Amino acid sequence: MTDALGGATGLELLRTMWRIRIFEERVGELARANEVHGLIHLSIGQEGVAAGVCSQLRDDDAVYGNHRAHGHAIAKGAPLPAVMAELMGRVDGLCRGLGGSMHLVDAGHGFLGATGVVGGNVPLALGSALAGRMLGGDQVAVVFFGDGAVQGGIFVESVNIATLWELPVILVCENNGFAEFTPRSAHTNVERVSDVVAPYGIERETVDGNDVVAVRDAFAHVLSSARAGAGPALLECLTVRLRGHYEGDPQRYREALAAEEWQQLDPILRLQRCGVEAGWLDENTVVALEQGARDEVDEAVRLARESPFPSPPSTDLVYAT
Amino acid sequence: MTETTYLGAITATLAGALRADDRVLVLGEDVVEGGPWGATAGLAEEFGEDRIRNTPISEAAICGIAIGAAQSGMRPIVEIMFVDFVTLALDQLVNQAAKAHFMSGGQLRVPMVVRTQGGAGQRGGAQHSQSLEAWLTHVPGLKVVMPSTPADAADLLAAAIADDNPVVFVENKTLYFRREEVDVHRESGAIGRARIVRPGRDVTVVALSRLVHDAVAAAGSLADQGVEIEVIDPRTLVPLDVDTILESVSRTHRLVVAHEAVEHGGFGAEIVARVQAAAFDELDAPIGRVGAPFAPIPFSPPLEDAYLPGPDEVRAAVLAAIAA
Repeated sequence: MTDALGGATGLELLRTMWRIRIFEERVGELARANEVHGLIHLSIGQEGVAAGVCSQLRDDDAVYGNHRAHGHAIAKGAPLPAVMAELMGRVDGLCRGLGGSMHLVDAGHGFLGATGVVGGNVPLALGSALAGRMLGGDQVAVVFFGDGAVQGGIFVESVNIATLWELPVILVCENNGFAEFTPRSAHTNVERVSDVVAPYGIERETVDGNDVVAVRDAFAHVLSSARAGAGPALLECLTVRLRGHYEGDPQRYREALAAEEWQQLDPILRLQRCGVEAGWLDENTVVALEQGARDEVDEAVRLARESPFPSPPSTDLVYAT
Repeated sequence: MTETTYLGAITATLAGALRADDRVLVLGEDVVEGGPWGATAGLAEEFGEDRIRNTPISEAAICGIAIGAAQSGMRPIVEIMFVDFVTLALDQLVNQAAKAHFMSGGQLRVPMVVRTQGGAGQRGGAQHSQSLEAWLTHVPGLKVVMPSTPADAADLLAAAIADDNPVVFVENKTLYFRREEVDVHRESGAIGRARIVRPGRDVTVVALSRLVHDAVAAAGSLADQGVEIEVIDPRTLVPLDVDTILESVSRTHRLVVAHEAVEHGGFGAEIVARVQAAAFDELDAPIGRVGAPFAPIPFSPPLEDAYLPGPDEVRAAVLAAIAA
């Protein structure tokens, strides 16, 4: 764990990670109970990336997520009841039940969208970055994607233009070592995503993505550069996808992580150990943080269940008027 | 009245929109230099290379950047140099741009225009000559505009730029240098309104883009034979002004649809289906279709000339409808 951070920041990061963790564990249960619908991709194990990045952004900074984006949306400020209601297909969902798990949007908090097409979100972040600059602001745009997106052409097109135009965009790769069912080594000979972009002269760094403080520090550096107009960056966060590619994935393609090994990797436990050692966290606070998140998720589920399903037809919002 | 070309109308409309609204920007390959036909010629001199922005040959990224910029407050106009290259950007257009407003429950808007051009006849071969508009009309959330005249090109491009939805604006390369008198005091065309190009009592011919002119050309010789066709240009395929077509069919009781695209699966099939469903009893003959054969566009001049539908094919289809 990297060097000390203020207790208030540490508590905020812990709180965000617990909210994502408990929320997603509940989503997994509700998916098995057929209360949450569709294709569900959980980010359990990767919470440190979303928390470390989004905690430093403003509402007017655009963030784009991928198919595994519940954590991105929550970390950017999306209210849990609306996210849960969306996953349940209810009318009070973030997107009125029209989007679903892979298409969460919370424009008011600058979460301009998750996308279900791997890599398809990357150029959108460039566009938001371009708009911010042309409209005279100092906003940045951030896009989260997995290591599986890097082998697509749209990624290379986007890195090229981001650097060519010196756009205030930060590309955050959550490298969990698996593209769907397949280890990175079977898809490419380039182990590090930060090496893929090396020829473009983009600022790049690879960090331990399960060390939320390391993510936060590295992101703080590239964020201030991008905001000041120094151009784009790529932050590769090495992390762990604890669950399958999707809920229900039997994961025959890999061995389960041993419990002791996971204890060492879990970004929440790691920050908690760090906080206790540094003296800004005690056991009572740990219990209260986890319980607070549980209570909040319980309430989100309760509110989502109360929300009705939308009524057909669903053709009203095809075009903006 | 003033005389202008189709291309000149486009350039002037782009300049007008750029002048009127700082949020408008143009993105595309070689747009600073004006592109292959000069559609954006001179714009960089007036508006600078920040707003007239050259891009690498990266159609997917260009479209994605425009979508993100549109979602964040700009009104981008993307130029995809040939409609054949829209294929490279289909994820962005189909999965991102078209669905963002809907999937976000109305939170996002994507006010962008994709200007592109299709059409054969210039020996461009099978990858630079296609008419692929039907694919785009199949995607809810996109609007598809296909003007055939300078006045419509100007009016509908202005309307597309003002629209809060993604609009694909399909030009035709063989029409670029057609020079026409344009009434500066005309009533502006709106997206979703067809135009009766030539009134007639015997057969309605709904034609798209270049085929509008071929239908008008056929109308002269048909008139010599005593057959008066009514030529309708839908101008926008999505949304489609089916009412104007139905009203015409209710007078002529015969219909031919004509486009340059491959007939099989072409947009004409949608028009045929809509008309037969709404006005089956009005029809005195099977609906005729004019389109290209189900084959890639050949290169060799005599082969390409034979492949392309034109006035002769329209005339034959009209006469078949009369004879039925």
